[in-house]
Amino acid sequence: MNGRRLWAIVVKELRQLRRDRITLAMIVGIPVIQLVLFGYAINMNLRGLAAGIADQSNTAGSRALVMDMLATGVVAPVATVNTSQEVMAMIRRGEISIGIVVPPDFERRRIDGREAVQVLVDGSDTAVQGAAVQLAQVPLDSAAPATRAPATSTPPTPPISVVSFYNPERRSAVNIVPGLIGVILTMTMVLFTAIAIVRERERGNMELLIATPLTSAELMIGKVLPYIGIGLVQTTVILALGIWLFAVPVRGSMLDVYVAAGLLILANLTLGLLISTRAQSQFQAMQMTFFVFLPSILLSGFMFPFAGMPKIVQWLAEVLPLTHFLRLIRGVMLRGASLGELWIDVLALAAFVVVMMGAAILRFRKRLD
Amino acid sequence: MSTDAAGIAIRARGLTKRFGDLVAVDHVDLEVPSRHVYGFLGPNGSGKSTTIRMLCGLLTPSAGEIEVLGLSIPAQAEALRRHIGYMTQKFSLFEDLTVRENLEFLAAVQGVPKARTGSRIDELVDQYHFGDRQNQLAGTMSGGQKQRLALAGAVIHEPELLFLDEPTSAVDPESRRDFWEKLFELADVGTTLLVSTHLMDEAERCHRLAILDHGALVADGTPGELTGKLEGRTFIVEAADPRRAQRALVDVPGMLGVAQVGTALRVLTADTTESGDRKPTDIAQRMQAALAAAGQKAEVATTPPNLEDVFVAVTRNGHAKQERAA
Repeated sequence: MNGRRLWAIVVKELRQLRRDRITLAMIVGIPVIQLVLFGYAINMNLRGLAAGIADQSNTAGSRALVMDMLATGVVAPVATVNTSQEVMAMIRRGEISIGIVVPPDFERRRIDGREAVQVLVDGSDTAVQGAAVQLAQVPLDSAAPATRAPATSTPPTPPISVVSFYNPERRSAVNIVPGLIGVILTMTMVLFTAIAIVRERERGNMELLIATPLTSAELMIGKVLPYIGIGLVQTTVILALGIWLFAVPVRGSMLDVYVAAGLLILANLTLGLLISTRAQSQFQAMQMTFFVFLPSILLSGFMFPFAGMPKIVQWLAEVLPLTHFLRLIRGVMLRGASLGELWIDVLALAAFVVVMMGAAILRFRKRLD
Repeated sequence: MSTDAAGIAIRARGLTKRFGDLVAVDHVDLEVPSRHVYGFLGPNGSGKSTTIRMLCGLLTPSAGEIEVLGLSIPAQAEALRRHIGYMTQKFSLFEDLTVRENLEFLAAVQGVPKARTGSRIDELVDQYHFGDRQNQLAGTMSGGQKQRLALAGAVIHEPELLFLDEPTSAVDPESRRDFWEKLFELADVGTTLLVSTHLMDEAERCHRLAILDHGALVADGTPGELTGKLEGRTFIVEAADPRRAQRALVDVPGMLGVAQVGTALRVLTADTTESGDRKPTDIAQRMQAALAAAGQKAEVATTPPNLEDVFVAVTRNGHAKQERAA
């Protein structure tokens, strides 16, 4: 490993990047645009969700409750139907996001202290779930006396039950923004290096490079180093926007956040390099990148709860860097954990980096055949 | 590191490269003396680039032995890299870097001592006339300028041996002449140059050259030696109607090539010993007779052979051999 040659590659990469205005703009643009876009889904203070109401009881009490719910402004009634089946069908068809079902025995349930009203939620939209929680806080009857104390020691059943369809694990803004750091870094970083080697092959630069004393390791590491800095810039942009726009807490240490991000950046860059040694064209490199990108989003626990996946898919997900990063970043930012407590995932990411980098260096031959 | 006692920079024996069923280079034997400009002449697809790539260790030969600057290739290819310069057929410097940035990068990668880098680049900028273009992006330059920059980059570490793969293919004649001046300057200071080309006028400038056809080396020697072998076999036919004269001549026994050059025909005849003629004048008489029979008034005169004749002669022989073998 020759330091001067390594540095020459780093300087070259940075100089080329500096002239690539569009890529430069995307380095900051992608995180900003994506965070603002996802910001809609993150925003929990929803107003005017389309609601279907089935008041099967139709008593003074039930009508008052429905009026109270509408008064919150969270829901806007679009349909009044007779049965809960009809409500469910409308949710399935996407006509309403929330269904309010008052059963025929509403009054008796209220007196018994059992669940008296069902709010059916289209859980495929995470923001709607948050809205449903707001609805559940509406008191059944503010004037009514306290319900009868339960005979057993189990806690009292809340009077309004929220049933979430399609997405059993509730999610919130604070949960999404840390994950978004990982998703954006996965998308941009893998692609940066995936096309790095292929592009030089396509432009004919590679034949020049391999005829020089440059070693595979110098070339590979020299291509990774500049993008670590870029990845950390992106991390900072997302963190700053997340804290400023969405008040996401950082309960653990900021250093741990950056170390975790750094590990994910390295993992993605080295994965990209490996793709680049394999791909024959930039187009192929992009296809391979998306082959990795989609499972990362779907299986890592960013969109769907990890616990709900079949064992074999969980093992598959353990291979994805994003899975480990999500555990680290949620642990550090939301639960205030330290990286030391989450050492298994730190180790997994580090091992991934070593294996990918090693494979890329070994795979890259200073030969044309 | 230097050439061996006999002053041979490159030695290859039975060099062969197969890509699947295609034999790109077929048992080539080669000896390139040091401090020479050695030419590889051949049409596109004749195996010039493949041979050069094997000689600098970028491609692994399917068979054969290579020794370059006393190093066994491809085993010692890494050790060879610091002693050679390689100018690729396609412009391979970075188009989004400036002239100076490209040279700085290559100086660092090729191990030009740090203290010397600045002055070496200034030297090259001056020699290759980039004085006012140091900060221009390489991608925005003309074909000739790119070619000069590629050469400057290839010699930045003052290599003993320089490989140039069709260096002037995208360059106008004036730039080509300047470029060749540079090559001879390099040979003067002791560099060995191996240049591939498909242009006859470039081949004529080489100290020695090898002619490649369909992956095989069909002739080698100095341009003088090569053309000397064809002495007495080349004629100029001045005819009133060159097209009809050409049709009359192609069927005469012993014709290797009849090509129209302006209003005249350039004729290459087969080896006199093979065609059974005792003197060159015998075949000239047969040509006269054929032209007369076709009612063409024409003058037949001998002319000195050139490399194009050599090329036609050796490649026709090769094809004849292949046909006989088949």
